[in-house]
Amino acid sequence: MNPRKLIAKTPLHLTILVFAAIWIIPTLGLLITSFRDPANIAGSGWWTVFPKLFSGGQFSLENYIGVLRGEGLTRSFLNSLFISVPATAISTFIASFAAFGFAWMRFNGRKILFMLLVGLMVIPLQMTFIPILPIYSKLKLAGTFPGIWLAHTAYGLPLTTYLVHNFMAGIPKDLFDSASIDGASPFMTFWRIVIPISVPALASVFIFQFLWIWNDLLVALVYLSARPNVAPLTVSIANLVTNRGQDWELLTAAAFVSMALPLVVFFSLQRYFVRGILAGSVKG
Amino acid sequence: MGVRTKGWRSPRRITLFLGRLFLQGCRAVWRWLRSIRWRSWGFVAPALTLIAFFLVYPTVMTVARSFFGRGTTLFGPTVEFVGLRNWTYVFTNPVMLTALRNNALWAVLFTACTVGFGLVLAVMLDRVRYERLVKSIIFIPAAISMVGASVVWKFVYAYKPADLNQIGVLNAIVVAFGGEPVGWLIQRPWINNLCLIVVGIWMWTGFCMVILSAAYKNIPKPLLEAARIDGATEWRVFRNIILPLLAPTAAVVATTMVVQVLKIFDIIFVMTNGNYSTEVIANRMYKEMFNFFNYGRASALAVVLLILIVPFMILNIRRFAAQEGGR
Repeated sequence: MNPRKLIAKTPLHLTILVFAAIWIIPTLGLLITSFRDPANIAGSGWWTVFPKLFSGGQFSLENYIGVLRGEGLTRSFLNSLFISVPATAISTFIASFAAFGFAWMRFNGRKILFMLLVGLMVIPLQMTFIPILPIYSKLKLAGTFPGIWLAHTAYGLPLTTYLVHNFMAGIPKDLFDSASIDGASPFMTFWRIVIPISVPALASVFIFQFLWIWNDLLVALVYLSARPNVAPLTVSIANLVTNRGQDWELLTAAAFVSMALPLVVFFSLQRYFVRGILAGSVKG
Repeated sequence: MGVRTKGWRSPRRITLFLGRLFLQGCRAVWRWLRSIRWRSWGFVAPALTLIAFFLVYPTVMTVARSFFGRGTTLFGPTVEFVGLRNWTYVFTNPVMLTALRNNALWAVLFTACTVGFGLVLAVMLDRVRYERLVKSIIFIPAAISMVGASVVWKFVYAYKPADLNQIGVLNAIVVAFGGEPVGWLIQRPWINNLCLIVVGIWMWTGFCMVILSAAYKNIPKPLLEAARIDGATEWRVFRNIILPLLAPTAAVVATTMVVQVLKIFDIIFVMTNGNYSTEVIANRMYKEMFNFFNYGRASALAVVLLILIVPFMILNIRRFAAQEGGR
């Protein structure tokens, strides 16, 4: 590249550098701090580790052992898994049936109902808590896993159904014609042909929904606060911030525990994740 | 000796008539049942049942509940009708007005910055070789929880008195340039609200960037080249070609952002819990429900959110209908 072009491009590179720095420094600070000794964290900034980065003795796993054992975050981590995996599986399953129904079956009111679904995608969940809570306590679902599975499934259904529908509606019609000539029932067509074709779309919806539920705070606060021993990570960490707000060794390690799984999912399945986002928005 | 009625009023006739009517009715119901496409409904029934119970029914009841008083039951003998009292409270109480003001501030700044930065990044990153790396960096916050992000930024904003070493990045920079450390989350009303909005922008810019970048890459490059050859400056290419072509996508992204930001809750709940004039509608609604046990006011607040979001709901439906029509 010739020097003139390089100089012309310098502002561009600098701007991008500033953006990248603002986006990575906060997370970097959190990560470094989570491995430092509590006394050091309170006494000096995390950036002071750099001059003697390789001299050793600055970092340890103590804080992680502290939050996972002492603060009971192991339990919360398992709770988070036990909330998000079944809830995601149930909602993807139900949504794929509904998406097929809306895309390829004919029945009265199909269009109206689907428009209702599109409208409900953005409804504030705040509208739903007050009437459901009394029913939940009567049915003894408050503070239970099945209770929150059902709630998350229902709340996720409009968007997941819409996303899967967009994909299924794009399947060529010929495929269904030949299947029905071969005498396949709608259910067989759905189960044997449509589902296998839709695996990539289902995967991105699954990842999307999984991260949404894993990261959710509000729904868990509302439906699980009756019993602290079922609290997911987000709720436990919010409590830690309230009760131990200055204990940064605990907060940083705890926050990173909650971020670890989403980051792994993000980096290993980035392709599906991005595809899910694009399916939801660009098509509009 | 019983009276025998003759003619059409005889019991036998009536029995026959009713019997026939019953049979006709059965047949009609049977025909109607057969006309329903059970198999079609079977596919959508589970989803529709859940949606009806968890979304439609509660929406109706919450609207109704907003005209009733305090208490933690939906309706019942202890819940009294209060007419518009919750509503006048929402639009006159100072804390509520602060919450409404903050939601407006969030809606404007958050949406402008996320979409604006997303657009700028999408166009700029297309011109450098390390596009993928920077995109990943900007996008990472979208994958983590708002609770996690709140802890990350609470640490950035950490405050220590001037005679101690600063442990928060932002105050360390301020002190390094000779300033006094600032209580970022306490300085009301603008600094702390801006600091909270920054957290939101940090989380959602990546989302906007990914979508706008995909749209940008769909623009035929010869179009831009032709303009450049004709002597258009980079700014004019951006202003007169790129921007109009990206406008529809940017509008979609902006509506998504507004809908997200109106419901903003987690960041406020974790970082300030609405203290120091940082209250927002959703956080206030949570407090009314679980701290003050006033389902009436909480319902009214939820309905405020709904009313603010309804225009976007209609927009989504109309956009969808137009798209279906074009298919």
